[in-house]
Amino acid sequence: MGKVLVVTSGKGGVGKTTTTAALGAALAQAGETVVVVDFDVGLRNLDLVMGAERRVVFDLINVIQGVAKLSQALIRDKRLETLWLLPASQTRDKDALTEEGVRQVIAELRERFDWVICDSPAGIERGAILAMRYADAAIIVTNPEVSSVRDSDRIIGMLDSKTERAENGSRIDKHLLITRYDAGRAQRGEMLSIDDVLEILSTPLLGIIPESQDVLRASNVGAPVTLANQLSGAGRAYAEAARRLQGESVAMTVPNQKRGLFDKLFGRRAA
Amino acid sequence: MPIASQRTMRFLGRSYMAFVFTPEEPIIDWLAQLDSWLARSPGFFGGRPVVLDLVNVKLHKPGMVHLVACLLERGIRVIGLEGADPAQLGPDLPPLLSGRAVNSNELIALARPEQPAAAPPKQPASLLIDRPVRSGQSIIHPEGDVSVLGSVGSGAEIVAGGSIHIYGTLRGRAMAGHMGNSRARIFCQKIEAELLAINGYYRTAEEIDASYRGRPMQAWLNDNVMMITALN
Ligand SMILES: Nc1ncnc2c1ncn2[C@@H]1O[C@H](COP(=O)(O)OP(=O)(O)O)[C@@H](O)[C@H]1O
Ligand SMILES: [Mg+2]
Repeated sequence: MGKVLVVTSGKGGVGKTTTTAALGAALAQAGETVVVVDFDVGLRNLDLVMGAERRVVFDLINVIQGVAKLSQALIRDKRLETLWLLPASQTRDKDALTEEGVRQVIAELRERFDWVICDSPAGIERGAILAMRYADAAIIVTNPEVSSVRDSDRIIGMLDSKTERAENGSRIDKHLLITRYDAGRAQRGEMLSIDDVLEILSTPLLGIIPESQDVLRASNVGAPVTLANQLSGAGRAYAEAARRLQGESVAMTVPNQKRGLFDKLFGRRAA
Repeated sequence: MPIASQRTMRFLGRSYMAFVFTPEEPIIDWLAQLDSWLARSPGFFGGRPVVLDLVNVKLHKPGMVHLVACLLERGIRVIGLEGADPAQLGPDLPPLLSGRAVNSNELIALARPEQPAAAPPKQPASLLIDRPVRSGQSIIHPEGDVSVLGSVGSGAEIVAGGSIHIYGTLRGRAMAGHMGNSRARIFCQKIEAELLAINGYYRTAEEIDASYRGRPMQAWLNDNVMMITALN
């Protein structure tokens, strides 16, 4: 039986889709079977970041409505044969996602894959609740800034009340992933420090992903950053987070200012 | 049809917590005060039940209708009146409530109807929350103290009949002595609160001396004025 993860945040644009793709690819590289599921109906994105947008025929809603079988909607990655995508619909109505439909699809995916990673839409409404509803564990994606942290706090409260696990009296595992961390700005006090974020959210840390141009470059070529550039700061940080998810203990590294300085010097010389 | 007619209809009683407003004359000034409160905490009463206690004002029907409409304009919905002359009421006004303080034992019994409260405890029960209270969550305990082993997030709130003890950082709102207890206090390990209130007397973030931020403190009432002091 596989493990169901939801990648969630409350706020939009913090890096949920980037994280879903990067962790999915890193786990698949480690030999696990993985499916990444796009719950962002109407604003689908995961297919682009995975480079599969031209291969989408059927989607999650088709499966829920019985128009297509799950096996017809699943898209296998061209680079990693144990990595699959279940796309969202770009056109259909959000209300077509039903609780019972989602439950059945997740149950079926759980049978077939080691990891089922659900990319949540932004917000705290129905779509976000359905994405977390049947999860065993959650990755809360937070940027080190006040509004993102507060939205994450809100989402954590919902993980403890609106998920099936919470309703059954057990708890969902929670992992905090701080993304778009800029050491220079943190040093100048323009962002919350890692300590501040941990103090406010009191949730175990899964990793710290640096702000990096490599993320944008990777999404422009339609590849998760862990595949497009494994040696980049962001690629490495995601790969380490994936190993922690697998239960390995990997020392936590704060993307430090030295590298930032190096980047700056290098940038200046190149200019 | 046969199925529907076999069903017996049930009307269950249930108690609710409501905020009680007690306007004073001149009402214009009272409304202005309310507006300045709302400016600091916009939307605070949105979706919350409010009861209007009219003991301190002498209003005839048109005055009551106008006051209820004024509150509605501010997003406050009055679910019932207290202290009004029954002869003045009508179908265009909320119903008159008998102002009986809610008993927390009764609330607990209502929450768990399958376990009749055989021997209700004499002391108001205190409530222990052994995890952080997250943004958007609201803990309401009409009688007794509330203790939180963790922080209260920005946008979260604790409402207690007695005192509030927070063994973490208070970033949200704490309202103690909510049912009219001016001896209630608020304690916290670190204060970054959005609002402190005791028995309806409140202070907002801007009114809390910045030098207390991040420190352990307590708040209490001295002749209806909120006092805040460091705990160390
Ligand atoms: N670590 C990062 N460094 C730089 N840009 C990033 C990083 N993570 C995400 N982004 C960019 O931020 C934007 C939003 O990311 P996305 O993953 O789509 O967020 P969400 O799914 O939470 O809305 C995208 O343009 C993405 O390329
Ligand atoms: Mg997204």
